[in-house]
Amino acid sequence: MTLKLQKLTKTYGGAKALDGVTFSVAPGERVALLGHNGAGKSTLMKIVLGLIPFDGGTVSVLGAAPGASRQGVAYLPENVAFHPALTGEEQIRLFLSVRGEPPRQARDLLARVGLHDAASRRIGTYSKGMRQRVGLAQALIGHPRLLILDEPTSGLDPVSRRDFYALLDGLSAEGASILLSSHALTEVEARTDRIVILSGGRLVAQGSMEGLRHEAGLPVALVVTPATGQGGCLATHLPQAERVGEKLVLSCPANQKLTNLARIAALGPKVADVDVIPPSLEDIYSHFSKRDGQ
Amino acid sequence: MTAILALALAEFRIGIRNRWLAIAVGLMMLFALVLSAAGSGPTGSLGVDRLSVTVASLTSLSVYLVPLMALLMSFDAVAGEVERGTLPLILTYPVSRAQLLAGKALAHLGILTLALVAGFGAAGGLAFALDGQAAQGLPALIRLTLSSVALGATFLGLGYAISARARRPSGAAGLAIGLWLVAVVLYDLGLLAAVVADNGGAFTLQVFPLTLLANPADAFRLYNLSASQATAAAAGVSAAAGAVPVLWSALSVALWPALAFALALISFRKVLP
Repeated sequence: MTLKLQKLTKTYGGAKALDGVTFSVAPGERVALLGHNGAGKSTLMKIVLGLIPFDGGTVSVLGAAPGASRQGVAYLPENVAFHPALTGEEQIRLFLSVRGEPPRQARDLLARVGLHDAASRRIGTYSKGMRQRVGLAQALIGHPRLLILDEPTSGLDPVSRRDFYALLDGLSAEGASILLSSHALTEVEARTDRIVILSGGRLVAQGSMEGLRHEAGLPVALVVTPATGQGGCLATHLPQAERVGEKLVLSCPANQKLTNLARIAALGPKVADVDVIPPSLEDIYSHFSKRDGQ
Repeated sequence: MTAILALALAEFRIGIRNRWLAIAVGLMMLFALVLSAAGSGPTGSLGVDRLSVTVASLTSLSVYLVPLMALLMSFDAVAGEVERGTLPLILTYPVSRAQLLAGKALAHLGILTLALVAGFGAAGGLAFALDGQAAQGLPALIRLTLSSVALGATFLGLGYAISARARRPSGAAGLAIGLWLVAVVLYDLGLLAAVVADNGGAFTLQVFPLTLLANPADAFRLYNLSASQATAAAAGVSAAAGAVPVLWSALSVALWPALAFALALISFRKVLP
């Protein structure tokens, strides 16, 4: 295991920021850490990085205590910042030297994140998205075995986000483990292997997207569009359905989806169209993060 | 070592872009030249060479200016990184906090040394150009330069300690100015008052020399005046200069930088990002 947390607990002046959090990340695995603001995501990351101490439980990072094997761990902080007087290239050269890598790689690294043309401009003139890319570039230095990325895609446009996740795919294919936090739930759904949901410092759910969807047991929505003039007739046939404008919305548990579809299909030409809408990641996420009295 | 040099290089660049190097060099040269021009009058009557007199004036200049420049360069070192949010990232890199501090100190001390060499060099050059006997004062000028670098290092270290304790640049700036006022102005005023009130008693004879050694600025002044032959040019501490062996003041000047950096490191280690 690249990263292993067991019953991790951290208290800030009496309030529990993290309460018995247990999970692990395997080599090459991409894990998304979700949770509302103040759920303990950044605190957990800072503990894993060895930046702040913890009160209880055990943490093993690349087989050592947090902060002990910094050579193999890369970090992208939330709202990453750099000294405004240095150029992008100078900043990356500094980071390369400190990691013991040849500083001449700086231009290549900046080119990988699409900053080649701005490399010799001062970071003070960069936009937020460009600073974020400098942050990504420094996280790629020296083939890290574990990447800790705190809201890595904030401030990036959709194209840059896609490029960023392509970079991550390459890294995890090489065996690097990735732990990232994000608010952009849809991209997390498509681009990570496993999801860990924190709420009020507790781990409330973890697993693959399908597993969580199954565990939540949220209803499926069947949206029925009636044929012209058949709205009233359909409503009498489907009394459980709710009328939303022209359409009828029927909510049912996932295991009754086919039965209901068969009933709708039996209505024949009265139905113009049917859409099946599974619970969205937002629905699942709020289902889990609202549990435990949150 | 590569890491420290890379950190120092980046910090030095920042120093150049923030105009710190230009300001420090300009300020030192301006004051040094003004002082050596103003102090060139009374040499004949004192019977000492022009450079020795210049060194005495430059000592008084250094006592005020070097701590001030060092504190202005260092107060932002940790607090500024905390405020910008750059500290957590660099602390996850494989460098120790001691190395981070060493990188900053190397760059800041380099800037300060350049300024001192430029200022004192200009003053020395002027003295040599006007007085053939100026070579007599050369050892004093070298002593002054080296001890000024040590004085600068001391106040850089104290500035880093303040910066780490204050956490905010505004608070650190206030504390730095406060430290400067106390160390180079109020401390001496307090001692003067105590000596006057004591009227030649036990305090003046036993405690007073030790209090001078305890303050890095006073130890610096004491060392340069007692080591050089121009004590007459600085009547204020000349009596004390005679009472304290040169070795003691030299030791204080040399030990303070280590003490200040130890203090800075202890304070920096307490900072949680």
